[in-house]
Amino acid sequence: MKRALDIALPLAVSALVLGLWEWAVAHWQVPVYVLPAPSAIAAALAENFSSLMEALASTLTVTLEAFVAATVLGVATAIAFSQSRLLERTLYPYAVVLQVTPVVAIAPLILIWVGFERINLALVIIATIVAFFPILAGATLGLKSADFNLIDLTRLYGASRLQTLWRIRLPTALPNLLSGMKTAGGLALIGAVVAEFVAGSGTATGLAWRIVESGNRLEIATLFAALVLLAATGILIFAALSLLERALLRRWHESAIADRS
Amino acid sequence: MIALKGARKRFASTQKNGGTEALRDVSFTIGAGEFVSLLGPSGCGKSTALRLVAGLLEPDGGHVDYPGGKPEIGFVFQEPTLMPWADALTNARLPLDLKGLSRGEADRRATAALARVGLKGFEQAYPRELSGGMKMRVSIARALAAQPKLLLLDEPFAALDEITRNALGDDLLRLWREDGLTVLFVTHNVSESSYLSQRVLVMTPRPGRIVDDIALPTGRDSRLAASTVEAQRIISLALSHAMIAA
Repeated sequence: MKRALDIALPLAVSALVLGLWEWAVAHWQVPVYVLPAPSAIAAALAENFSSLMEALASTLTVTLEAFVAATVLGVATAIAFSQSRLLERTLYPYAVVLQVTPVVAIAPLILIWVGFERINLALVIIATIVAFFPILAGATLGLKSADFNLIDLTRLYGASRLQTLWRIRLPTALPNLLSGMKTAGGLALIGAVVAEFVAGSGTATGLAWRIVESGNRLEIATLFAALVLLAATGILIFAALSLLERALLRRWHESAIADRS
Repeated sequence: MIALKGARKRFASTQKNGGTEALRDVSFTIGAGEFVSLLGPSGCGKSTALRLVAGLLEPDGGHVDYPGGKPEIGFVFQEPTLMPWADALTNARLPLDLKGLSRGEADRRATAALARVGLKGFEQAYPRELSGGMKMRVSIARALAAQPKLLLLDEPFAALDEITRNALGDDLLRLWREDGLTVLFVTHNVSESSYLSQRVLVMTPRPGRIVDDIALPTGRDSRLAASTVEAQRIISLALSHAMIAA
Protein backbone atom coordinates (compact mmCIF):
# COMPACT_ATOMS: atom_id res chain seq x y z
CA MET A 1 0.00 0.00 0.00
CA LYS A 2 2.72 2.43 1.05
CA ARG A 3 4.74 1.34 -1.97
CA ALA A 4 1.80 2.06 -4.28
CA LEU A 5 1.38 5.52 -2.77
CA ASP A 6 5.10 6.21 -3.28
CA ILE A 7 4.51 5.77 -6.99
CA ALA A 8 0.96 7.13 -7.27
CA LEU A 9 1.53 10.46 -5.48
CA PRO A 10 4.39 11.77 -7.65
CA LEU A 11 2.52 10.59 -10.76
CA ALA A 12 -0.60 12.46 -9.66
CA VAL A 13 1.46 15.64 -9.16
CA SER A 14 3.05 15.34 -12.59
CA ALA A 15 -0.38 14.74 -14.22
CA LEU A 16 -1.70 17.84 -12.47
CA VAL A 17 1.28 19.99 -13.50
CA LEU A 18 1.19 18.77 -17.11
CA GLY A 19 -2.57 19.38 -17.26
CA LEU A 20 -2.21 22.93 -15.91
CA TRP A 21 0.69 23.57 -18.28
CA GLU A 22 -1.31 22.36 -21.30
CA TRP A 23 -4.29 24.48 -20.25
CA ALA A 24 -2.21 27.61 -19.54
CA VAL A 25 -0.39 27.49 -22.88
CA ALA A 26 -3.71 27.19 -24.74
CA HIS A 27 -5.51 29.76 -22.59
CA TRP A 28 -2.90 32.54 -22.86
CA GLN A 29 -1.86 31.47 -26.38
CA VAL A 30 1.83 31.27 -25.43
CA PRO A 31 3.96 31.12 -28.60
CA VAL A 32 5.54 27.70 -29.18
CA TYR A 33 9.06 29.23 -29.35
CA VAL A 34 8.65 30.52 -25.78
CA LEU A 35 6.95 27.56 -24.09
CA PRO A 36 5.56 24.62 -26.04
CA ALA A 37 2.66 22.66 -24.56
CA PRO A 38 3.38 19.12 -23.25
CA SER A 39 1.47 17.73 -26.23
CA ALA A 40 3.78 19.67 -28.61
CA ILE A 41 6.83 18.29 -26.76
CA ALA A 42 5.44 14.78 -27.09
CA ALA A 43 4.86 15.36 -30.77
CA ALA A 44 8.43 16.66 -31.21
CA LEU A 45 9.71 13.62 -29.38
CA ALA A 46 7.77 11.30 -31.67
CA GLU A 47 8.77 13.20 -34.80
CA ASN A 48 12.50 13.24 -34.00
CA PHE A 49 12.48 9.92 -32.20
CA SER A 50 15.22 8.11 -34.09
CA SER A 51 17.64 11.05 -34.20
CA LEU A 52 17.02 11.83 -30.53
CA MET A 53 17.63 8.17 -29.64
CA GLU A 54 20.93 8.28 -31.50
CA ALA A 55 21.88 11.37 -29.55
CA LEU A 56 20.78 9.68 -26.33
CA ALA A 57 22.88 6.62 -27.11
CA SER A 58 25.91 8.85 -27.68
CA THR A 59 25.47 10.75 -24.40
CA LEU A 60 24.66 7.58 -22.49
CA THR A 61 27.82 5.86 -23.81
CA VAL A 62 30.00 8.76 -22.67
CA THR A 63 28.20 8.81 -19.30
CA LEU A 64 28.58 5.10 -18.64
CA GLU A 65 32.20 4.98 -19.78
CA ALA A 66 33.00 7.95 -17.54
CA PHE A 67 31.13 6.39 -14.63
CA VAL A 68 33.02 3.10 -14.94
CA ALA A 69 36.35 4.91 -15.34
CA ALA A 70 35.61 7.13 -12.31
CA THR A 71 34.63 4.10 -10.22
CA VAL A 72 37.74 2.12 -11.12
CA LEU A 73 40.09 5.09 -10.67
CA GLY A 74 38.34 6.29 -7.50
CA VAL A 75 38.41 2.90 -5.80
CA ALA A 76 41.98 2.20 -6.90
CA THR A 77 43.16 5.58 -5.59
CA ALA A 78 41.27 5.10 -2.32
CA ILE A 79 42.86 1.67 -1.86
CA ALA A 80 46.31 3.18 -2.49
CA PHE A 81 45.51 5.89 0.09
CA SER A 82 44.36 3.29 2.61
CA GLN A 83 47.66 1.43 2.27
CA SER A 84 49.87 4.50 2.60
CA ARG A 85 49.05 7.45 4.82
CA LEU A 86 52.00 9.28 3.24
CA LEU A 87 50.56 8.83 -0.24
CA GLU A 88 47.18 10.09 0.94
CA ARG A 89 48.66 13.18 2.59
CA THR A 90 50.70 13.90 -0.54
CA LEU A 91 48.00 13.42 -3.16
CA TYR A 92 44.64 14.11 -1.53
CA PRO A 93 44.99 17.92 -1.86
CA TYR A 94 45.36 17.49 -5.62
CA ALA A 95 42.20 15.41 -5.74
CA VAL A 96 40.45 18.28 -3.97
CA VAL A 97 41.92 20.78 -6.45
CA LEU A 98 40.56 18.64 -9.27
CA GLN A 99 37.17 18.63 -7.56
CA VAL A 100 36.87 22.37 -6.87
CA THR A 101 38.18 23.57 -10.23
CA PRO A 102 35.12 24.16 -12.44
CA VAL A 103 35.33 21.54 -15.14
CA VAL A 104 33.95 24.00 -17.71
CA ALA A 105 37.16 25.95 -17.22
CA ILE A 106 39.50 23.06 -17.95
CA ALA A 107 37.35 21.34 -20.59
CA PRO A 108 38.71 23.47 -23.50
CA LEU A 109 42.24 22.51 -22.51
CA ILE A 110 41.39 18.83 -22.42
CA LEU A 111 39.73 19.12 -25.84
CA ILE A 112 42.86 20.69 -27.25
CA TRP A 113 45.22 18.20 -25.64
CA VAL A 114 43.26 15.12 -26.57
CA GLY A 115 42.35 16.52 -29.96
CA PHE A 116 39.03 17.03 -31.71
CA GLU A 117 39.68 13.95 -33.81
CA ARG A 118 39.29 11.90 -30.62
CA ILE A 119 36.33 13.84 -29.36
CA ASN A 120 34.67 10.93 -27.53
CA LEU A 121 37.79 10.24 -25.49
CA ALA A 122 37.93 13.92 -24.55
CA LEU A 123 34.26 13.87 -23.51
CA VAL A 124 34.81 10.75 -21.39
CA ILE A 125 37.85 12.30 -19.68
CA ILE A 126 35.92 15.46 -18.81
CA ALA A 127 32.93 13.53 -17.47
CA THR A 128 35.28 11.22 -15.52
CA ILE A 129 36.89 14.20 -13.79
CA VAL A 130 33.45 15.41 -12.70
CA ALA A 131 32.37 11.99 -11.41
CA PHE A 132 35.67 10.94 -9.83
CA PHE A 133 35.67 12.79 -6.52
CA PRO A 134 32.54 11.47 -4.78
CA ILE A 135 33.77 7.94 -5.41
CA LEU A 136 37.24 8.70 -4.09
CA ALA A 137 35.80 10.48 -1.04
CA GLY A 138 33.25 7.74 -0.31
CA ALA A 139 35.69 4.88 -0.77
CA THR A 140 38.45 6.62 1.23
CA LEU A 141 36.12 7.28 4.15
CA GLY A 142 34.74 3.75 3.96
CA LEU A 143 38.12 2.03 3.85
CA LYS A 144 39.21 4.04 6.88
CA SER A 145 36.06 3.22 8.84
CA ALA A 146 37.00 -0.41 9.42
CA ASP A 147 36.60 -1.56 13.03
CA PHE A 148 40.03 -1.31 14.70
CA ASN A 149 39.37 -4.46 16.69
CA LEU A 150 38.55 -6.43 13.55
CA ILE A 151 41.80 -5.20 12.02
CA ASP A 152 43.62 -6.31 15.19
CA LEU A 153 41.96 -9.69 14.88
CA THR A 154 43.30 -10.13 11.34
CA ARG A 155 46.77 -9.22 12.66
CA LEU A 156 46.41 -11.79 15.43
CA TYR A 157 45.77 -14.47 12.82
CA GLY A 158 48.64 -13.31 10.66
CA ALA A 159 46.53 -12.04 7.76
CA SER A 160 48.22 -10.35 4.81
CA ARG A 161 47.34 -6.77 3.86
CA LEU A 162 45.45 -8.13 0.88
CA GLN A 163 43.38 -10.42 3.11
CA THR A 164 42.56 -7.56 5.48
CA LEU A 165 41.65 -5.35 2.53
CA TRP A 166 39.45 -7.98 0.95
CA ARG A 167 37.76 -9.42 4.02
CA ILE A 168 37.42 -6.36 6.26
CA ARG A 169 38.17 -3.00 4.64
CA LEU A 170 36.33 -3.35 1.33
CA PRO A 171 33.09 -4.73 2.82
CA THR A 172 33.21 -1.96 5.45
CA ALA A 173 33.64 0.59 2.67
CA LEU A 174 30.74 -0.70 0.60
CA PRO A 175 27.93 1.54 1.98
CA ASN A 176 30.01 4.71 1.62
CA LEU A 177 31.27 3.63 -1.79
CA LEU A 178 27.74 2.95 -3.06
CA SER A 179 26.57 6.30 -1.77
CA GLY A 180 29.47 7.95 -3.62
CA MET A 181 28.57 5.98 -6.75
CA LYS A 182 24.98 7.24 -6.61
CA THR A 183 26.23 10.83 -6.58
CA ALA A 184 28.82 10.04 -9.26
CA GLY A 185 26.22 8.48 -11.57
CA GLY A 186 24.34 11.77 -11.79
CA LEU A 187 27.57 13.75 -12.02
CA ALA A 188 28.85 11.63 -14.91
CA LEU A 189 25.73 12.60 -16.87
CA ILE A 190 26.20 16.28 -15.97
CA GLY A 191 29.86 15.97 -16.96
CA ALA A 192 28.94 14.44 -20.31
CA VAL A 193 26.45 17.25 -21.00
CA VAL A 194 28.92 19.98 -20.00
CA ALA A 195 31.60 18.35 -22.15
CA GLU A 196 29.27 18.31 -25.15
CA PHE A 197 28.38 21.97 -24.60
CA VAL A 198 32.05 22.93 -24.54
CA ALA A 199 32.92 20.75 -27.54
CA GLY A 200 30.28 22.60 -29.54
CA SER A 201 28.45 21.70 -32.71
CA GLY A 202 30.04 19.77 -35.51
CA THR A 203 31.90 17.49 -33.15
CA ALA A 204 29.58 16.16 -30.51
CA THR A 205 26.47 14.24 -31.44
CA GLY A 206 24.82 13.82 -28.05
CA LEU A 207 21.69 15.21 -26.43
CA ALA A 208 23.40 18.33 -25.13
CA TRP A 209 24.42 19.22 -28.65
CA ARG A 210 20.81 18.66 -29.77
CA ILE A 211 19.70 21.11 -27.07
CA VAL A 212 22.14 23.78 -28.29
CA GLU A 213 21.16 23.17 -31.91
CA SER A 214 17.41 23.21 -31.21
CA GLY A 215 17.84 26.43 -29.23
CA ASN A 216 19.65 28.08 -32.11
CA ARG A 217 16.89 27.05 -34.50
CA LEU A 218 14.16 28.06 -32.04
CA GLU A 219 12.83 24.47 -32.12
CA ILE A 220 11.93 24.76 -28.49
CA ALA A 221 9.68 21.69 -28.47
CA THR A 222 12.61 19.53 -29.64
CA LEU A 223 14.81 21.19 -27.04
CA PHE A 224 12.30 20.19 -24.36
CA ALA A 225 12.10 16.67 -25.78
CA ALA A 226 15.88 16.33 -25.45
CA LEU A 227 15.63 17.73 -21.93
CA VAL A 228 12.99 15.16 -20.99
CA LEU A 229 15.26 12.37 -22.26
CA LEU A 230 18.20 13.73 -20.23
CA ALA A 231 16.10 13.89 -17.07
CA ALA A 232 14.77 10.39 -17.67
CA THR A 233 18.33 9.12 -18.16
CA GLY A 234 19.40 10.71 -14.88
CA ILE A 235 16.49 9.11 -13.05
CA LEU A 236 17.23 5.71 -14.59
CA ILE A 237 20.89 5.87 -13.56
CA PHE A 238 19.91 6.80 -10.02
CA ALA A 239 17.27 4.07 -9.85
CA ALA A 240 19.69 1.42 -11.16
CA LEU A 241 22.33 2.37 -8.58
CA SER A 242 19.72 2.41 -5.80
CA LEU A 243 18.69 -1.09 -6.81
CA LEU A 244 22.31 -2.21 -6.75
CA GLU A 245 22.74 -0.63 -3.31
CA ARG A 246 19.67 -2.34 -1.97
CA ALA A 247 20.71 -5.72 -3.37
CA LEU A 248 24.17 -5.50 -1.80
CA LEU A 249 23.20 -4.06 1.60
CA ARG A 250 19.77 -5.60 2.06
CA ARG A 251 20.78 -8.24 4.59
CA TRP A 252 22.93 -6.22 6.92
CA HIS A 253 23.09 -2.46 6.59
CA GLU A 254 20.78 -0.22 8.59
CA SER A 255 20.17 2.12 5.65
CA ALA A 256 18.81 -0.65 3.44
CA ILE A 257 16.88 -2.32 6.25
CA ALA A 258 15.13 0.91 7.27
CA ASP A 259 13.72 1.11 3.73
CA ARG A 260 11.68 -2.02 4.31
CA SER A 261 9.80 -0.83 7.36
CA MET B 1 52.72 -20.25 29.33
CA ILE B 2 53.11 -16.45 29.51
CA ALA B 3 55.56 -14.32 31.42
CA LEU B 4 55.46 -10.53 31.51
CA LYS B 5 58.63 -9.06 32.95
CA GLY B 6 58.72 -5.39 33.85
CA ALA B 7 56.49 -4.48 30.93
CA ARG B 8 56.04 -0.73 30.38
CA LYS B 9 53.82 1.06 27.94
CA ARG B 10 53.25 4.75 27.24
CA PHE B 11 50.88 6.14 24.64
CA ALA B 12 51.72 9.26 22.67
CA SER B 13 49.25 12.05 23.09
CA THR B 14 48.43 15.16 21.11
CA GLN B 15 49.08 17.38 24.12
CA LYS B 16 52.63 18.25 25.10
CA ASN B 17 52.56 16.31 28.34
CA GLY B 18 54.71 13.41 27.19
CA GLY B 19 51.73 11.15 26.59
CA THR B 20 49.92 8.81 28.93
CA GLU B 21 51.70 6.19 30.96
CA ALA B 22 49.46 3.13 30.74
CA LEU B 23 51.58 0.43 32.37
CA ARG B 24 54.50 0.65 34.77
CA ASP B 25 56.67 -2.41 35.43
CA VAL B 26 54.00 -5.02 35.07
CA SER B 27 55.18 -8.56 35.79
CA PHE B 28 53.21 -11.76 36.08
CA THR B 29 53.32 -15.34 34.90
CA ILE B 30 50.46 -17.59 33.93
CA GLY B 31 50.87 -21.34 33.78
CA ALA B 32 49.29 -23.65 31.24
CA GLY B 33 45.68 -24.50 32.09
CA GLU B 34 45.19 -21.65 34.55
CA PHE B 35 42.17 -19.35 34.62
CA VAL B 36 43.46 -15.95 35.71
CA SER B 37 41.52 -12.71 36.07
CA LEU B 38 43.16 -9.33 35.61
CA LEU B 39 41.11 -7.01 37.78
CA GLY B 40 41.24 -3.24 38.11
CA PRO B 41 39.26 -0.03 37.70
CA SER B 42 38.31 1.25 34.25
CA GLY B 43 41.18 2.83 32.36
CA CYS B 44 43.91 1.24 34.48
CA GLY B 45 45.68 -0.42 31.54
CA LYS B 46 44.17 -3.92 31.76
CA SER B 47 43.34 -3.96 28.06
CA THR B 48 46.82 -2.70 27.26
CA ALA B 49 48.33 -5.58 29.24
CA LEU B 50 46.09 -8.01 27.38
CA ARG B 51 47.18 -6.59 24.01
CA LEU B 52 50.82 -6.95 25.04
CA VAL B 53 50.18 -10.62 25.82
CA ALA B 54 48.45 -11.07 22.44
CA GLY B 55 51.35 -9.41 20.63
CA LEU B 56 49.04 -6.70 19.27
CA LEU B 57 51.18 -4.10 21.05
CA GLU B 58 54.90 -3.97 21.70
CA PRO B 59 56.05 -2.99 25.20
CA ASP B 60 58.24 0.14 25.49
CA GLY B 61 60.32 -1.72 28.05
CA GLY B 62 60.46 -5.16 29.60
CA HIS B 63 59.54 -8.41 27.91
CA VAL B 64 56.61 -10.56 26.99
CA ASP B 65 57.80 -14.16 26.90
CA TYR B 66 56.12 -17.40 25.96
CA PRO B 67 58.41 -20.01 27.57
CA GLY B 68 56.84 -22.85 25.55
CA GLY B 69 56.69 -20.89 22.32
CA LYS B 70 53.91 -18.55 21.29
CA PRO B 71 50.63 -20.47 21.61
CA GLU B 72 47.64 -20.24 19.29
CA ILE B 73 45.65 -17.33 20.72
CA GLY B 74 41.92 -16.63 20.75
CA PHE B 75 40.82 -13.08 21.51
CA VAL B 76 37.39 -11.88 22.64
CA PHE B 77 36.76 -8.13 22.76
CA GLN B 78 34.39 -6.17 24.97
CA GLU B 79 32.15 -5.62 21.96
CA PRO B 80 31.22 -8.66 19.86
CA THR B 81 33.25 -7.10 16.99
CA LEU B 82 31.51 -9.12 14.29
CA MET B 83 31.44 -8.43 10.57
CA PRO B 84 27.88 -7.08 10.10
CA TRP B 85 27.87 -8.09 6.42
CA ALA B 86 28.51 -11.75 7.16
CA ASP B 87 26.38 -14.44 8.82
CA ALA B 88 27.32 -16.17 12.07
CA LEU B 89 29.09 -19.04 10.30
CA THR B 90 31.25 -16.74 8.16
CA ASN B 91 32.08 -14.70 11.26
CA ALA B 92 33.10 -17.78 13.24
CA ARG B 93 35.11 -18.99 10.22
CA LEU B 94 37.19 -15.80 9.89
CA PRO B 95 40.36 -17.07 11.65
CA LEU B 96 40.26 -20.28 9.61
CA ASP B 97 39.73 -18.38 6.34
CA LEU B 98 42.69 -16.15 7.18
CA LYS B 99 44.80 -19.21 7.87
CA GLY B 100 43.90 -20.63 4.48
CA LEU B 101 41.97 -23.72 5.57
CA SER B 102 39.84 -25.37 2.92
CA ARG B 103 36.26 -24.15 2.81
CA GLY B 104 34.84 -27.51 3.86
CA GLU B 105 37.16 -27.96 6.82
CA ALA B 106 36.64 -24.35 7.92
CA ASP B 107 32.87 -24.71 7.69
CA ARG B 108 32.96 -27.93 9.69
CA ARG B 109 35.08 -26.45 12.49
CA ALA B 110 33.15 -23.17 12.63
CA THR B 111 29.82 -25.02 12.74
CA ALA B 112 31.13 -27.15 15.61
CA ALA B 113 32.37 -24.03 17.45
CA LEU B 114 28.95 -22.37 17.09
CA ALA B 115 27.26 -25.51 18.40
CA ARG B 116 29.55 -25.52 21.46
CA VAL B 117 28.39 -22.04 22.45
CA GLY B 118 24.74 -22.97 21.98
CA LEU B 119 24.19 -21.46 18.54
CA LYS B 120 23.32 -24.61 16.58
CA GLY B 121 20.78 -23.58 13.93
CA PHE B 122 21.89 -19.93 13.88
CA GLU B 123 24.68 -20.41 11.32
CA GLN B 124 22.92 -18.32 8.67
CA ALA B 125 21.80 -15.53 11.03
CA TYR B 126 23.26 -12.08 10.55
CA PRO B 127 24.59 -10.20 13.59
CA ARG B 128 21.73 -7.70 13.49
CA GLU B 129 19.28 -10.58 13.86
CA LEU B 130 20.98 -11.77 17.07
CA SER B 131 20.69 -10.53 20.66
CA GLY B 132 23.66 -9.02 22.49
CA GLY B 133 24.36 -12.28 24.29
CA MET B 134 24.15 -14.31 21.09
CA LYS B 135 26.51 -11.93 19.31
CA MET B 136 28.99 -12.41 22.13
CA ARG B 137 28.58 -16.18 21.73
CA VAL B 138 29.46 -15.86 18.04
CA SER B 139 32.51 -13.87 19.10
CA ILE B 140 33.54 -16.65 21.50
CA ALA B 141 32.89 -19.30 18.83
CA ARG B 142 35.17 -17.36 16.47
CA ALA B 143 37.91 -17.36 19.12
CA LEU B 144 37.44 -21.11 19.67
CA ALA B 145 37.30 -21.99 15.97
CA ALA B 146 41.06 -21.65 15.61
CA GLN B 147 41.45 -24.16 18.50
CA PRO B 148 43.52 -21.83 20.70
CA LYS B 149 45.61 -22.88 23.66
CA LEU B 150 45.37 -19.41 25.19
CA LEU B 151 42.10 -17.50 25.37
CA LEU B 152 42.28 -13.76 26.06
CA LEU B 153 39.07 -11.96 26.99
CA ASP B 154 38.76 -8.19 27.37
CA GLU B 155 35.75 -7.50 29.63
CA PRO B 156 33.67 -9.67 27.31
CA PHE B 157 30.46 -9.61 29.34
CA ALA B 158 30.56 -6.01 30.57
CA ALA B 159 27.83 -4.82 28.23
CA LEU B 160 25.43 -7.70 28.95
CA ASP B 161 22.61 -8.01 31.46
CA GLU B 162 23.29 -10.08 34.58
CA ILE B 163 21.34 -13.19 33.56
CA THR B 164 23.12 -13.38 30.20
CA ARG B 165 26.44 -12.58 31.85
CA ASN B 166 26.06 -15.45 34.33
CA ALA B 167 25.04 -17.90 31.60
CA LEU B 168 28.03 -16.95 29.47
CA GLY B 169 30.32 -17.17 32.50
CA ASP B 170 29.19 -20.74 33.16
CA ASP B 171 29.69 -21.60 29.48
CA LEU B 172 33.17 -20.13 29.60
CA LEU B 173 34.04 -22.31 32.62
CA ARG B 174 32.76 -25.38 30.80
CA LEU B 175 34.80 -24.61 27.66
CA TRP B 176 37.89 -23.94 29.78
CA ARG B 177 37.57 -27.35 31.47
CA GLU B 178 36.69 -29.27 28.31
CA ASP B 179 39.54 -27.84 26.23
CA GLY B 180 42.17 -27.48 28.93
CA LEU B 181 42.48 -23.83 27.91
CA THR B 182 44.63 -21.21 29.54
CA VAL B 183 42.43 -18.15 30.15
CA LEU B 184 43.37 -14.56 30.89
CA PHE B 185 40.19 -12.72 31.73
CA VAL B 186 40.19 -8.92 32.02
CA THR B 187 37.38 -7.54 34.16
CA HIS B 188 36.42 -4.76 36.55
CA ASN B 189 33.77 -6.94 38.16
CA VAL B 190 34.76 -8.40 41.54
CA SER B 191 32.02 -11.02 41.75
CA GLU B 192 32.73 -12.22 38.20
CA SER B 193 36.42 -12.70 38.98
CA SER B 194 35.66 -14.36 42.32
CA TYR B 195 33.51 -17.05 40.73
CA LEU B 196 35.31 -17.68 37.43
CA SER B 197 39.01 -17.56 38.12
CA GLN B 198 41.60 -19.51 40.08
CA ARG B 199 43.85 -16.49 40.51
CA VAL B 200 43.21 -12.77 40.47
CA LEU B 201 45.84 -10.18 39.53
CA VAL B 202 44.85 -6.80 41.01
CA MET B 203 45.89 -3.63 39.19
CA THR B 204 46.12 -0.01 40.39
CA PRO B 205 44.58 2.91 38.53
CA ARG B 206 46.77 4.42 35.79
CA PRO B 207 49.63 3.95 35.45
CA GLY B 208 48.70 0.32 35.96
CA ARG B 209 50.82 -1.77 38.27
CA ILE B 210 50.07 -5.19 39.67
CA VAL B 211 49.84 -4.90 43.43
CA ASP B 212 48.35 -8.23 44.35
CA ASP B 213 48.28 -11.81 43.08
CA ILE B 214 45.56 -13.70 44.90
CA ALA B 215 45.14 -17.47 44.69
CA LEU B 216 41.47 -18.14 45.38
CA PRO B 217 40.28 -21.02 47.57
CA THR B 218 38.80 -24.05 45.87
CA GLY B 219 35.21 -25.23 46.19
CA ARG B 220 33.61 -22.16 44.62
CA ASP B 221 31.15 -24.28 42.68
CA SER B 222 28.35 -21.72 42.73
CA ARG B 223 28.12 -17.94 42.81
CA LEU B 224 26.58 -18.04 46.29
CA ALA B 225 28.88 -20.66 47.87
CA ALA B 226 30.47 -19.46 51.08
CA SER B 227 33.94 -19.80 49.54
CA THR B 228 32.89 -17.61 46.58
CA VAL B 229 31.60 -14.93 48.92
CA GLU B 230 34.80 -15.19 50.95
CA ALA B 231 36.81 -14.81 47.71
CA GLN B 232 34.80 -11.68 46.89
CA ARG B 233 35.67 -10.20 50.26
CA ILE B 234 39.38 -10.89 49.76
CA ILE B 235 39.38 -9.44 46.25
CA SER B 236 37.39 -6.34 47.27
CA LEU B 237 39.84 -5.66 50.05
CA ALA B 238 42.81 -6.02 47.72
CA LEU B 239 41.14 -3.73 45.20
CA SER B 240 40.54 -0.99 47.77
CA HIS B 241 44.21 -1.27 48.83
CA ALA B 242 45.15 -0.92 45.16
CA MET B 243 43.07 2.24 44.85
CA ILE B 244 44.83 3.72 47.90
CA ALA B 245 48.25 2.61 46.67
CA ALA B 246 47.73 4.73 43.58
